[in-house]
This record gives sequence, structure tokens and C-alpha cells, in this order.
Amino acid sequence: MSSTVQQFPPFREPKSDHAHDDHDHDHGQGEHHEPNFWQKYIFSTDHKVIGIQYGFMALCFMLFGFGLMLFMRWQIAHPGVPVPLFGPLLAKVLGQPAAGGAISPELYNSFGAMHGTIMVFLGVVPLAFAAFGNYVVPLMIGAPDMTFPRINMASFHAFFLGGVVMLVSFFIPGGAAQAGWTSYSPLATTIPTNGQAFWLVGMVLLITSSLLGAVNFIATIIQLRAPGMTWMRLPWFVWAQFVTAFILLLAFPPLEAAGVLQLMDNVAGTSFFLPTGLAVGGQLVDRSGGGSPLLWQHLFWFLGHPEVYVLILPAMGIVIEIIANNTRKPIWGYKSLVYSSLFVGFLSFIVWAHHMYLTGMGQKIATFFQATTMIISIPSVIILTCMFLSLWGGSIRINTPMLFALGFLPMFGIGGLTGLPLGLAAADLYLHDTYYIIAHFHYVVAPGTIFALFAGVYFWFPKMTGRKMNEFWGRVHFWCSLAFMNIVFMPMFAQGIKGMLRRMSDGAVNYSAARVPNAIDALPGSVMQLNGVILWAAICLGIAQIPFIINLFWSIKHGEKVGTNPWGATTLDWQTPTPPPHGNFAHEPHVVRGPYEYSAPNHATDFTPQDEPESSSAPLNPNAHH
Amino acid sequence: MEIPYTVQARPDTGLYNAKLGIWLFLASEVMLFGGLFSAYVLLRVGAEPGMWPHGWLNVTLGTINTLLLALSAITTLLAWAACKVRDFTKFKIFHACTILLALTFLGIKSYEYHDKLIHYEIKLNNGTFADGHLVEKSADFDLAKKTGTVTLHGHIVTDEKELMDLRSPEAKSAKHEEVTVAATDIKSMGNYGPRHNTFTAIYFTLTGLHALHIFGGTVVIFYFWGPGSRMWKTDPERFTNRIEVSGLFWHFVDLVWIFLFPVLYLT
Repeated sequence: MSSTVQQFPPFREPKSDHAHDDHDHDHGQGEHHEPNFWQKYIFSTDHKVIGIQYGFMALCFMLFGFGLMLFMRWQIAHPGVPVPLFGPLLAKVLGQPAAGGAISPELYNSFGAMHGTIMVFLGVVPLAFAAFGNYVVPLMIGAPDMTFPRINMASFHAFFLGGVVMLVSFFIPGGAAQAGWTSYSPLATTIPTNGQAFWLVGMVLLITSSLLGAVNFIATIIQLRAPGMTWMRLPWFVWAQFVTAFILLLAFPPLEAAGVLQLMDNVAGTSFFLPTGLAVGGQLVDRSGGGSPLLWQHLFWFLGHPEVYVLILPAMGIVIEIIANNTRKPIWGYKSLVYSSLFVGFLSFIVWAHHMYLTGMGQKIATFFQATTMIISIPSVIILTCMFLSLWGGSIRINTPMLFALGFLPMFGIGGLTGLPLGLAAADLYLHDTYYIIAHFHYVVAPGTIFALFAGVYFWFPKMTGRKMNEFWGRVHFWCSLAFMNIVFMPMFAQGIKGMLRRMSDGAVNYSAARVPNAIDALPGSVMQLNGVILWAAICLGIAQIPFIINLFWSIKHGEKVGTNPWGATTLDWQTPTPPPHGNFAHEPHVVRGPYEYSAPNHATDFTPQDEPESSSAPLNPNAHH
Repeated sequence: MEIPYTVQARPDTGLYNAKLGIWLFLASEVMLFGGLFSAYVLLRVGAEPGMWPHGWLNVTLGTINTLLLALSAITTLLAWAACKVRDFTKFKIFHACTILLALTFLGIKSYEYHDKLIHYEIKLNNGTFADGHLVEKSADFDLAKKTGTVTLHGHIVTDEKELMDLRSPEAKSAKHEEVTVAATDIKSMGNYGPRHNTFTAIYFTLTGLHALHIFGGTVVIFYFWGPGSRMWKTDPERFTNRIEVSGLFWHFVDLVWIFLFPVLYLT
């Protein structure tokens, strides 16, 4: 097969000097100058390096966010008890809020706010969209790089700065933001810490980053598709990233607007989100008033809900690629997938207020958003159904990426189905702000999206390094993660249904009146005991990630060596040298067929790459037989 | 390695990369200002009856600024057209005009800001309000220590609502003169800065963000006019594209002002 590729004329002749200096190391093959460390890894404009930068940073942030959660789980299970092992360290680094190694309510609040912020904006989105998108999309569409390589680099640097600002805010007097990742006003303005201002500045940087990324992705997918790569020949992963980029492009700016307004509230003393007559601690606040707390919620959730699809669509894209690859047959319902993703993208802009049923915005508005929320579940179910039906009748090849992809299906299914009661205003009034919500969206994002991201890491690792990750430890990682994820999150449904609220720093001890037997509305002791179960499951979940971390680094040097296409995949990302050089393709790929031509009849192998010329695939056009 | 379609348009999309990129960026800018304008709508709709200001801004200055930006849109277009017909001298002249018009706009805008920042509303202990532009504060004026006096050029009203609609006949016929107030009579005092009320807040935020866009656009256009114009000699086609793309941004910023002007000045 590789011999046939070379029939094509060379794609781009190397030039020794030309006017477009988009890259600092793209000279002719004759004069190779080795870029130094800074040029190669910090100020690189190569989409693959930027993808890996994003991926590495995002994984680090996810580990950090997970650590914050462990402290919180300890505090919930054992309120006021000093944290074992890490308590003294916490007290030393953070001072008063962690006095004696115990977590104060203020510290709990800021850990909660930052856990959400870090996981969503610094962990999952950068990994799912920026890392995988950057690394894989240009390869899949047969492009030499992103359209705007320097803007791509600027995007990563803005992300990095945003992360630094977020981390620094832990160490300022008063500590990091404490008003939850949703930063509702007036709480976000009246808590006496500058952490919120840091949070807002960090968010503006992160929004800038994803904005630059989104423009780049859309322009790349529209402009740099290789010859023959028509829209309906795009791997669905590319479609998912395309829709995600549009969501980021259009949904993030209103949050930026909201961020600017809240920054004005916090720094310049305005009252955009502060109502007239606001009192804090019994004192009338010295503000003009006249603002609207609801306005913040509208602007926030206008981003916030589309953001859910930013989290889930790239993950679904990864799962589709891996399922097609490991069932060795075309994906079921490609066109339905494409149109569903477009429909989800559009509809995600008109469901936001289902997060606000409890705000008193009015029955009529609630009814409208309830209807759109029910409608948006249809394309999501179509996508999931296509995934399940793709398994039907396949001779499924089980490996670590496939295990994680298969794990995604029921886990995301649980997350999605438990969302239905929340979309209905009547049920939501009861469940709102309970642990049921926590369980619901964590099922979507943690064993859902993050499993898909793990699948993607295992799947594309051989392309990045030329080596496979260890299969045995990969499976250990999967089965342990699957078990402990469920032990962590499943009990939360029960706690939520029993009425345990989500934001209490003492694990509901005071609120529940658990110590007063037979008190009205008391949470039963069994519900409170689940806090201990969850704590230990969370710790075990953390331990279960150790094989992954070691496997990841160990395999870079010592993993099993593999060729350019170890999974026998059809898409263009596997038809390049491994690891792909700067510029990706030795020859411009000419695409002649759809993305999932597995097990085509009359073909020597059970996969037909997208750029393999027709003549060599079969004596006759194989499609003619159908 | 070279990115395709940086200069020439891709046949099936009819666009070169940067042109698509700037349109996408402008789409996100529409959402940014869209969010802010909806904030304006919600704040105004939610204002207590009679408490949303009218006629607080100088319509003459606003009109002049509108004309300046409209004119700069024309010169931007002509500068691009001059590049298209490969007339570098004309390009230089037209974009010099754009830059001067933009700087004049920013000058007028900062005068307007200054005018608001020296405009004070003083709540007096007897329940009335002294309102006007600051003339002077006495040397020993200190609000906290209750010493000294402050002099405004304005008037005293009994109800704060009288200060809201400056287009009304009563407001127009009000006599403005120098008013001196002793610190001991002052309950609270503040200028018409962002924190004065939600109108000044959204006014400063919207026009401030817009002014930042004007400033950014001016910096970019100045770069292409000055040091960046070296590209004209090596790659005029690509340079022309850059002028087109920066021009698209400039037209968008002008367009935002076309919305800001009626929304803030004329209502």
C-alpha cells in the first residue's frame, strides 16, 4: 500500500527562502538546523507539539483538580478533622484557612469553586478539544498544519497564563474564588477576597485561548481539507470538533461579557448584578443597586449549557473512531451522526435556562426551556444509538482503548438518562442543588467524557510515540477506574434523592440534624454513612490512576514498538509516518472514499485507507458489487 | 512546509484563510457585544420607574464622533482599493486619514469621560441634592473630617428624579449657577463614574470596551501603515489582503458604534 502512495507527485517542494515566515524552522531539507528546547517545546507552532502541550498541561490540571476533590471528600466524611498526611502541608502552604491541617468552610468553598473551574476549563475542555483536536484534526483531514500556526501557539500561551492566574489565586490573602464554579452574583462580589477578580481575569484569558483555538479549528477544517476530502468523507471526530469549535466561538463571548461586567462590579464598584437594597452582614452595601442577579445567571448559562456539549462532543467523536476501528465495520448511521451533531450544536444555544427553574424567572419561560431540553435529548440519543448499533454483529476486537470506549456507552447513558428528571421543571424543583445533580453531571463528564479521553490517549499514543502503551496495565486501569467511579458516584443519587444538598462544607451534618433522631427532614444515618464509602472509593480511584501515569511515561521509551498503523485504521491520521514530521504528510493525500471502509469485500486487508487509490483495492470497483 | 491558501483563495470556498478567520472572529465579537447589549436591555427594563437617565450624554459630540467613524470607514475602504490598483501613495494618504480620524474620536471620547468624572451629585443632610460640575474644592476640604467646602457649577434639586430626564422642559429651564456646599452639610458625594448608577456603569463599560477595540484597530492599522508596509515591496497581494482583513475589523468596530450611539445618546 505504501508503494502506491508514492505514485503521487510530491506535495510541497522545499524552498530555501520564501516570503511567508510562518515557521522558524521550515528550511529546505539540505540545511537542517536543530531547533533548541525552547523553540521545539515552548514556542512551537507545530500543531502536534501544541496538542501534546495542551494534553500534558490538561492532565496535570485534572490530577490537581482531583486532589482538591479528595480534600473536600475528607472534609465531608470527617468534618473538622485534620486531613491525615497532607494536613500539615496544607496548613503550611495556605495558612489560616487550613489552620491545624483542617479544612475551614471558606477553604472548602474555594476548593469547590476551583475544582469545578479547573476540571472544566483547564482539564477536560483543553484535553478533549484543544489537545486531541490539535493533534488529530489536521492529520485526519490531510492538512500540513493548522491554518494559523502562530495563533495556535498564542492560544496555548493564553491558556497557560490563565492557568497560572487561577493557581496563583490560591495564595493571595483571602484565598481563591469561593462562589462556586458558577460564580453567582451577588455572592461572587460580596465575599471578601480578591480571588474572584483573579478568577475573572483567568477566565478572560481562558476564553481568549479557546476563541483563538475555535477560529483556527473552523478555518482549518474548511480551508485545509486535502483534495477529495469532501464534507461527507470527514471522519465523524472531525465533525464533532467542528461543531464544538462553533459552540466555543459563539457561546463563550457572552460569558466574557458577563466576566467583564462582574469584574467591573468587583473592581470599579458598579452594580450590574447587585440588586437595590442589598445588605451584607446586616449592613446596607454602599452601592447604587439597580442591577440584576438573574442577568448573571442568564449570561453564565448561555455559555454554561453549550459548554456541556463542548465537553461531550469531542469525547463522542473519539468513541466513534475507536468503535469503528475495533468492530472492523463501517460505523452505523454516519449521516445521522453528522446531522445529529449539527442539531445538537444549534439546539444547545436555546436550552440554558433549564439551570434556572428555581430562580423565579417565570412559568412560561420555564415551559419553553423544558420543551427545548426534551427535544435536545433526541439527537443525543440518536448518537448513542448509532454507537450501540455499530457494535451489532461486529467481531469486536477488545483492547484498552476499546474497553474505555465501551465503558463510555453505559456510563454516559446513565448520565444522560438521569438528566431527564432535571430537565422537567416539576422534578427539578426537588432535585435542584442536591447531590443528585452532582451524580448526574459527573456521570456525564467523569466516567463519560474522561473515559473517552483515556480511550483517546491509549488509541493515539502509538501515533505520537511509535510505541503502544502496556495492555495489561491499561486493563487494570480501566477495570479499577470503572469500579471505583461507580462506587463514588452511584451513592450520590441516593443521597440527593433523600435531600442532601450539594454545597455544604460539613457534609450535611448540621443541616441534616442527623444527630437528632426522628427529627423532621433529617437525613437517615445510612445516607450520612455513604460519605465514608465515597471517600474511600475516591481514594481508591486516585490509586487506580497510578498505573496509567506510570504506563504513560514508561511507554514513551519502553513500550512495544509498532508501525505507522498498528490498529489497522482507515483514516488519514494513520497514513502518515510515525511520529508525523513537521508538515505531516510526505505526499499530499488524495482522498477517494469515506472514513470507515472496514472489511470491504474483495479487498486484501480488512481496512481500506481513505487515500488508497481505487485501482489497487480490487480488480473492479468494490462498491459496484453492492 | 507552507500552509496552503494564505494568499490565494481556495477555489471551492472562495476565501483565503485570513479572510475566513476574521469573519469567524467577528462572529464571536457579535456575540460579545450581543451579550453586553442584552445586559443593557435587561438593566433598562428592570430599572425603577423614572430612574433610567435620559439626555445625560452630549448628542453633538456623539454625532461628531459618529461622522468621524463613518468617514474613517470610507478612508479604510479607499485605502484597500488603492492597494488593489497598486497605488501605494494613495494607500498611505488614506490610511493616514483613518488613523487621524480614529485618534480624534478617542480624543473626543476621553473629553466626554472627563466631563462625567468631574460631574458630582452631592446628597445633602437636609434631603436635597446638589448636582453639577466641580469648580473647586477648598484647600482644607475633607469629607471624612467634615472640613472645608466644595463648589459646583449646577443647581440644587429636591428630588433625585429631577436629575434623571435632562430632556424635559423643567430640566432645560433649570438655572445653573455656582453652588457652594460645606462638608458638614454633605451626607454623601460621588461623581458620575461607573459606580454612579447602572446607566453610567453600562455606558462606561460599553463605550470603554468599544474604545479599546478602536485603540487596538488603530494600532494594527498604524503598524500596516508604518513598519508593516515593508511587505508591499515583497508581496503586495498578501499585503493587500492584510489591509482588507484589518479593514473588515475596522468596519465592524464602526458598526458597533452605530448601535451604541442611538442606544446610549439618543434615548
